[in-house]
Amino acid sequence: MIGTFGALYATRWMGISPGADALHTGIGLVLLLVAAAIVAMVASGLTAVVLERVAYRPLRRRGAGRLSALISAIGASLFLQEAFALWQGRNLVPFPRLMEKQVLFHVFNAEIRNDQLLVIVGALLMMVVLDRFVRTTRLGRGVRAVAQSPETATLMGVNIDRVVTLTFLLGGLMAGAAGLLYVVYLENTGYNIGFLLGIKAFTAAVMGGIGNLRGALLGGLALGLIENYGAAIWGAEWKDVIAFTVLLVVLMFRPTGLLGESLSAARA
Amino acid sequence: MKARRPFVRMAALLPALALMLAACGGNGGSNAGGGGCANGVKLGFFGALTGDNAALGINIRNGVQLALNQYAATNPSCKVTLAPFDSQGSESVAPGLAQQAINDKQVVAIVGPAFSGESKAADPLFNEAGLPIVTPSATNPALAENGWTIFHRAVGNDNSQGPAAAAYIKNTLHATKVGVVDDKTEYGKGIADIVRQQLGSDVVFNDSVPQQTQDYSSTVTGAKNAGVTAVFYGGYYADGGRLLKQMRDNGLKATFVSDDGALDANLIKTAGAAAAEGAVLSCPCAPTAQVQNGAKFIADYKAAFSTDPGTYSTEGFDAANVILQAIKAGKYDRQGINDFLKTVDYQGITKRIKFDSKGEVAEKTVYVYRVKGGQLTGIGPVEQQ
Repeated sequence: MIGTFGALYATRWMGISPGADALHTGIGLVLLLVAAAIVAMVASGLTAVVLERVAYRPLRRRGAGRLSALISAIGASLFLQEAFALWQGRNLVPFPRLMEKQVLFHVFNAEIRNDQLLVIVGALLMMVVLDRFVRTTRLGRGVRAVAQSPETATLMGVNIDRVVTLTFLLGGLMAGAAGLLYVVYLENTGYNIGFLLGIKAFTAAVMGGIGNLRGALLGGLALGLIENYGAAIWGAEWKDVIAFTVLLVVLMFRPTGLLGESLSAARA
Repeated sequence: MKARRPFVRMAALLPALALMLAACGGNGGSNAGGGGCANGVKLGFFGALTGDNAALGINIRNGVQLALNQYAATNPSCKVTLAPFDSQGSESVAPGLAQQAINDKQVVAIVGPAFSGESKAADPLFNEAGLPIVTPSATNPALAENGWTIFHRAVGNDNSQGPAAAAYIKNTLHATKVGVVDDKTEYGKGIADIVRQQLGSDVVFNDSVPQQTQDYSSTVTGAKNAGVTAVFYGGYYADGGRLLKQMRDNGLKATFVSDDGALDANLIKTAGAAAAEGAVLSCPCAPTAQVQNGAKFIADYKAAFSTDPGTYSTEGFDAANVILQAIKAGKYDRQGINDFLKTVDYQGITKRIKFDSKGEVAEKTVYVYRVKGGQLTGIGPVEQQ
């Protein structure tokens, strides 16, 4: 949600007004999207870091359990939603169309549009970048070490606080990029779009296995497919019911996820 | 630890006490306000003034305000002011808000509720309290079948609008493959079901999409695969606009037909002028320019609100005036106004307002509008078959 508003304000600062058909093509479009993505990611990342400081670190300091962290997360999420509702209003805010939505090619009977391709490629790119980061860099190694065992990691000289902040920052950056893809695809944003998306993202992560990056992507794809096939069979009103039923089933029968948990293994 | 217990017990008592007091407060004065117009009376407006579909509520509120302004100019004796109740068009907000209106003893009548869903939720409360309502826009036919003595509808209902829309699809568009989508609200599903029933086997695709859905791709893909040439959408302009935009983005060129809830300039704004071109909308409301003294109404409205009148502004104006007739005749209390409305015969600018035993009016003409060049233009009444 914050990422989407970041992208929206980026377009406003660049002088593009909503509703006006400010269609771009070629390099101009790429630069525009990159600029909007950067603003979205910065906004989202900053929020994540601040939240970590305010809502999670005090709990960690006092040794509070995971449940407290979860409740704190819900509280922080509601706070952000309402803050934006007061600032932006409770109606949907339109996002200008930045590119002509053309059909690029067909896969059997389905048409693939350029914005749909952008979303798919964007998601894959984010996964690859994050994967590389966690697997090859020193900071990434620190993240994996803390995930495996915080105490031992401290003994090995890893700064836990810094690693936690970094993890939140990474999450925020990815969310910001996802926010840009969301507004380019759906051309709307609002104070409460993050709520349902957050729950579905959680479902996708659990489906793929907590800590497993490829699993999360696969989980997201699987969830989307199941939702839409279900909607085709039973009607669009059942989409969310199907999503949550899938979450329930996965938690009941395979809580470690389809591809298996991989907090400790270097499998990312 | 021990010292905390008495405090905790007391703290637990306080909410219980508060609830008790609130319950007492509600039942306070049970009679309708006063016998005269000593302190002035209030005419309530109940509908969406904020939220996704606020334009529809604001149009009506402005129509009511215009009627009150004109009344005040010629009748300085009894001061009638507008009391707005913003329900955001939501059935969950409606009952609490209705209770607020009922508790305000100066409110002697209500124009509204504007939407059918909130009507279903709030009207039973109004009926129990004897607070008369005249709705200029809630068109679900089932509302009149509940035996509410306070219910009055100043507009034709969906039993004429639904068949008219279906007739247009069949006879003018000659569409043999139709998709019908509704938004699951009392109003949207109501009229969509009537259209489904009228078109029978011509309906090859059905879907029900909740309000505020962002992504209509499964609906649009399904409609495309069914090969529909026309889509009827039962719902309001905010969701209808998004559906229409996504229909065109996904290459579905079917004619978009919808109802009076989608008859608003915001439909075109949300969908984009290019996507909205050729969309057809039905309404039991005549174009403002064509009603009696239409030009004068438009001029007065523009002078008062700096904007053009919208859907149901004229019906709201008439609904307010019908109630003002009662006040003019010296009825300043709820019972009096309700009794007056039983026998009123008033020539409003949109139609002759005379309520039958169920609170309905006789005028049943349905008009069709088309989006041409980014503007809504009326193309005349539908020939009833």
